[in-house]
Amino acid sequence: MDIISGLREIYKNPNSPASRKNKQKLGFGLLFIATVITIIPIVAIILFIFIKGISAISWEFLTTFPSNGMKEGGIYPAIVGTFYLTIGTALFSVPLGIGAAIYLSEYAPDNRWTRAIRIAIINLAGIPSVVYGLFGLGLFVIFFKLGTSILAGALTLSIMTLPVIISTAEEAIRAVPQSFRVISISVGATRWQTIRRIVLPQSLPGIMTGVILGLERAAGETAPILFTAAVFFLPRLPNSPLDPTMALPYHLFVISTQVPGMPIDIQYGTALVLIIFVLGMNLIATIIRSRARAHRQW
Amino acid sequence: MRIGNGSQMTSIKILVEHLNLQYSDGKESLRDINLDIQANTITVLFGPAGGGKSSLLRVFNRLNDLADVKLLSGRVLLDDMDILDLKVDVIALRRRVGMVFARPIVLPMSIKANLTYALELTGEKRVSILDEAVEKSLNQAALWDEVKDRLNEPAISLSGGQQQRLCLARSLVLKPEVILLDEPTSGLDPISTGKVEVTLQELKKIYTIVLVPHSIQQAARVADYAAFFLQGEVIEKGTGKELFINPKDKRTEDYIMGRFG
Repeated sequence: MDIISGLREIYKNPNSPASRKNKQKLGFGLLFIATVITIIPIVAIILFIFIKGISAISWEFLTTFPSNGMKEGGIYPAIVGTFYLTIGTALFSVPLGIGAAIYLSEYAPDNRWTRAIRIAIINLAGIPSVVYGLFGLGLFVIFFKLGTSILAGALTLSIMTLPVIISTAEEAIRAVPQSFRVISISVGATRWQTIRRIVLPQSLPGIMTGVILGLERAAGETAPILFTAAVFFLPRLPNSPLDPTMALPYHLFVISTQVPGMPIDIQYGTALVLIIFVLGMNLIATIIRSRARAHRQW
Repeated sequence: MRIGNGSQMTSIKILVEHLNLQYSDGKESLRDINLDIQANTITVLFGPAGGGKSSLLRVFNRLNDLADVKLLSGRVLLDDMDILDLKVDVIALRRRVGMVFARPIVLPMSIKANLTYALELTGEKRVSILDEAVEKSLNQAALWDEVKDRLNEPAISLSGGQQQRLCLARSLVLKPEVILLDEPTSGLDPISTGKVEVTLQELKKIYTIVLVPHSIQQAARVADYAAFFLQGEVIEKGTGKELFINPKDKRTEDYIMGRFG
């Protein structure tokens, strides 16, 4: 029993060379165990949902409407709805977020105001998503009279996503070495030319990663669309941004809690589709990042 | 005002009168600098670190605009244009006055794109003109033979000495009138340094060169004219010969002899 004798040695002679080595081994061992413990739930969740949900997945499940009070049929309108909401969110949050990030990192003077803005953005990321939902209901659905609609939902999700996009994009832009900017300016580039031709191309992979991570969160959230965009059931697909829509996370919430006698495999099948949607986006972000790292010239 | 003995046919390219400069952070400043830089010569600004040499270089193409400047007064004339005038088109100025920095910083693109970058900023798209400018500037920087078959490779793949000559070529591609070099050989081995120095002797036929050398030896090797900077002031100026062989000021002599610095 190596471990026992090692511990005994540490207890007896805490500062002997052997003890110092054993302590290091013990430390690494504990850190390794901590890592394993964090990985287990992630793997377990994915495996669990995969095993329980895979039997529900079929071409029909992905391409047909629910029927018989959700208990049969597929989740097609929810998939389409989540897709629309994600695209809509991207339309608003990507240009706004990247624009704000460029301004904050390249143009804004470093004073009390910009520091306050930064702190506000960071804190915005910590607001519970249901609060965004309530805010969206008040502002977009009621005040701007957009009603329960894809547009109102996308705008609400955009506000929730913006802090993530702004802070990751700003970080990516700041990571581009200052010396490149000086060189560019010194050969007669304007600041904007420098940003467009040097800074943005170099920081694009980092920005894309932030965008995808932000949108991925938007795609998976229930609370912000609860009052602003999502409905229980629609017999047709939405045909304008002002229509309400079904969406995967909300659909999952509904069939898991509101429908008595719901077949388990449809619930897990829906969860599986949602997870694949989100992890798929994550995978794309990872690929972009690693490819950029391989091609980076600084 | 005039440097040197006046026997040569010279014309003043840059004239500095009563230049004062202070940064907000209190680092390096310039006090009442008076200097003239002759066209088609190599003028060396030397002295211990923090003396204001680099600051002066950065004034010459207004790169000091990027820093937090508290005070800037006096006149700096490039031909007849006052560089410090707020109305000056700094973009045009930076095209007339090129800069090479101590660390060779190549842009994260191909060798060729590093050179065409500055030209494309003006909207130049004609391939023949771009190609010609690339070849000419690389030839002037004595780099063409080494890179002509790999122009599309990333510039970062070049050796340190090659990168520095690429940086030199990058400043030449705009056909400037003045080239500022801030310790351009500080990171280079002696052979690469030699190449750059020989190149400079060729380049001065076309350009006016202002150099902050990385050693006294280099200063003495290349200087037509020289100015000794100490704590933000010009202590002594004159031809290279005068300054390095018969310095008049005790401090200049001490520095050249290596008694401080």
